[in-house]
Amino acid sequence: MNILVPVVSIIFSLLVMGIILLIFFQRSGMSWGQAFSETLSAYGEMFSWPFGNVYGIYQTLLKMVPLAFVGLGLSFAYRMKIWNIGGEGQLYMGAFAATWGALFLFNGIENKFLMITLILLMGAAFGALWAAIPAFMKAFAKTDEIVVTLMLNYVAIFWVDYLVYGPWKDPKGYNFPLTAEYPESAKLPTMFNGEVHVGIIMVIVLAVILQYVYSRTSWGFNSAIAGDNQKAAKYAGINIGFYTIVALLVSGAIGGMGGAVQMMGIQHRLQHGFSPGYGYTAIIIAWLAKLNPLAILLVSFLFGGLLVGNEQLQMFYRLPLALIYIFQGLVLFSLMGGEAIFNYRIRFVKERAVEE
Amino acid sequence: MKGPEGPFAYWFNIPHLISLRKGDTVDVDRRNVLEMRHISKHFAGVKANDDIDIELKKGEVLALLGENGAGKTTLMNILFGIYKADNGEIVINGKSIHISSPHDALKHGVGMVQQHFTLVPSFTTAENIVLGLKELGFIPKTKNVESRIEELGNRYGLPVNPRAKVWTLSVGEKQRIEILKLLYTGAKILILDEPTAVLTPQEAESLFEAVRKMVADGASVIFISHKLDEVMEVSDRVTVLRSGKVVGTVNTAEVTKNDLARMMVGRDVILDIQKPEVEIGKKILEIENLKVKNDKGLLSVNNLNLEVKAGEVLGIAGVAGNGQRELAEAIYGLRKVEVGKILLHGKDITGTSVSHRIKEGIAYIPEDRKGTATCPNLPVSTNLFLKNTITRLADSTHFFIDRKKIVEKAAELINSYSIMTPSPKTPVKFLSGGNIQKVVLARELSTTPSLIIASHPTRGLDIGAMEFVYRTLLEQKRKGAAILLLAGELYEIFRLSDRVAVIYEGEIVGYAPPDPAYIEEIGLMMGGSKKAGELH
Repeated sequence: MNILVPVVSIIFSLLVMGIILLIFFQRSGMSWGQAFSETLSAYGEMFSWPFGNVYGIYQTLLKMVPLAFVGLGLSFAYRMKIWNIGGEGQLYMGAFAATWGALFLFNGIENKFLMITLILLMGAAFGALWAAIPAFMKAFAKTDEIVVTLMLNYVAIFWVDYLVYGPWKDPKGYNFPLTAEYPESAKLPTMFNGEVHVGIIMVIVLAVILQYVYSRTSWGFNSAIAGDNQKAAKYAGINIGFYTIVALLVSGAIGGMGGAVQMMGIQHRLQHGFSPGYGYTAIIIAWLAKLNPLAILLVSFLFGGLLVGNEQLQMFYRLPLALIYIFQGLVLFSLMGGEAIFNYRIRFVKERAVEE
Repeated sequence: MKGPEGPFAYWFNIPHLISLRKGDTVDVDRRNVLEMRHISKHFAGVKANDDIDIELKKGEVLALLGENGAGKTTLMNILFGIYKADNGEIVINGKSIHISSPHDALKHGVGMVQQHFTLVPSFTTAENIVLGLKELGFIPKTKNVESRIEELGNRYGLPVNPRAKVWTLSVGEKQRIEILKLLYTGAKILILDEPTAVLTPQEAESLFEAVRKMVADGASVIFISHKLDEVMEVSDRVTVLRSGKVVGTVNTAEVTKNDLARMMVGRDVILDIQKPEVEIGKKILEIENLKVKNDKGLLSVNNLNLEVKAGEVLGIAGVAGNGQRELAEAIYGLRKVEVGKILLHGKDITGTSVSHRIKEGIAYIPEDRKGTATCPNLPVSTNLFLKNTITRLADSTHFFIDRKKIVEKAAELINSYSIMTPSPKTPVKFLSGGNIQKVVLARELSTTPSLIIASHPTRGLDIGAMEFVYRTLLEQKRKGAAILLLAGELYEIFRLSDRVAVIYEGEIVGYAPPDPAYIEEIGLMMGGSKKAGELH
């Protein structure tokens, strides 16, 4: 496995990003020299806060949790080359289900452990349900899962919007698009003086479990086979339809669980646009980590840090939020390019004239 | 040729070879149109070509003979600009040149017909031939091209219909298009990579005719093959490769088939294997009135009946495309049965899943070993345990697979089937065809199956590997397995089978003993011109 590709892609993206920042600063009235030093100090801020400071690291960990959840979920389907682009939708459906559970279905349950378990299950069930649509369509009608999962993201987001603007809007919420706050029993316990919720532990445990599933179970073996050669998988007696459905259901369930954890850990209420595109960033994360669960944890941490760092830039340098998406796009772009290039060996040869 | 003291001097020092000196046996006027010097190329730790020198003279057919994995195709891919050599030089018409793409190669008059055709199925013959040529223009005018194609086709005995869509054509016709494409472009050096692998004997014969006409017209042909008969028939000279090195170059007229075989495998080949005497046991497989459709939805197995007993090899002879593949897939469970019954050990297994049939002891060696039988990007060890027998083989459960044990067990199989691989963790795509087939055999036969469906088990294999396959299959017969052998080559069927069944248009039209005396009858039945009743 080539670790060089992801590393080089990130460095390359940082360089290009630097050029963009440089131009941005210069256009806002600085000289090139000033802009250059401003870029350097912006980069310094961007990395020193999220990774070099206890409070920054807490923030980074918090951002990492939903990214890692969805990234792990996606890896489950990607191993079979089933391209679930619906991480965002599955996250939203998980969040919706968690809120339904916390505010309505299980309202009144005082036992924290029971409440959290029930809500987690609700989130997983609805994430799976959301993934079941493309799963059954793919298994029985050979529909393209990319289109279906992507489109369902919008359905999920607008469904949540409908609820928070409409029937579930908190009457005491000054007309903001959000629901009432969760009861105490539905809030995740915290660590480090309340700075970080226990979702981080859940996601680490999940990654370890998935690592085991991928490398030591017949599911792991068979899904790798189905991912490499469908014909060979059929020939080997693997039921492709069953594997497709299970892969997408589990993938969605993990994403949905991520939504529930995000609700119980941070938001404590469902609100409009609670995810700044975690589900899409997770696609890049899963790729960068080459679908390895432990690497997904690491990459999510780095990307969580980027999100935090970018918020710093927004605050102190008045940079637009969109820059982070440019950066993410650059990473994915150079990663794909890098993968293609690294399949070849570059060798410099003296070109001899082609004689006619 | 520079003479014995030149860079090729070592050729002349191999004692049993017939040396080629200038003016000795080859026409002096025939200059070299192509020389490849000191070509080396390696892939992921395997030296595919190691300091290879070959030369091709104007108007000759040079056969490149060698086992699978000897480096023939690699060498030609270098010449055609698909691979880049690590070292070495290519000289065409006395000039050292640099070929970095097939386009370059064509500019220098080098064309290649590869084993896998590169035609656009939805285009017509004419469109495929002019595809990518400058004269095509923005709005293709294929009309005038069509008559030229017909003319070329008639001249070389390669009849094609320029207006036919390629997807409607047979493999033989597609190959003709590939060759005409090169002739149309004006290629003077034609490389044919195992061209007869996909042809019927008649088609092969007319291909040889065409090759002879091409060289008579001044073209030069490199003919890649591992079939001794056709090399003897079609070539002027033979360069033999073994494990990436040149063993020698000889004039075809001065050697015998046995000489070539010896050069190719480096040892004397056991040309006949004794069939073990095995008591035929009870019925293992019974098929009753089977009807199966092919991919196009047409009935291709039609009312087929047969049975195979324990310890018996039933050979199915037939021209390719008469329902053999569909029959094999239906028995294995990959293809739906329309009508009829399949019984294994007397139990009806029609409609059960593939994994059920694997558990019941059916092993299947499919003809398409790269596309169906293996996962190219996964390691050899995983491919050895591809099937759901993995847990049984590695003493594991579904929830705990002992990786160490798998690698150990894989090493065992690699050893006992002498699979040539750098390590059990090497992706299977880096292995040669013969070694991939060994991986398939190791997996299919290590579970002691009760029924083996072997579909073209030796297609594309060299003599050494073929021998190995035969021995392994006969060993299974000795152990009491029932074997259904679907092969293209009659002699293979004769060599292994106890009975020969002839399939024609999805039906068994007759049986014969595996005796060369019946070869004519079998041939007639294969051609559909004789029914069983008329045989005796």
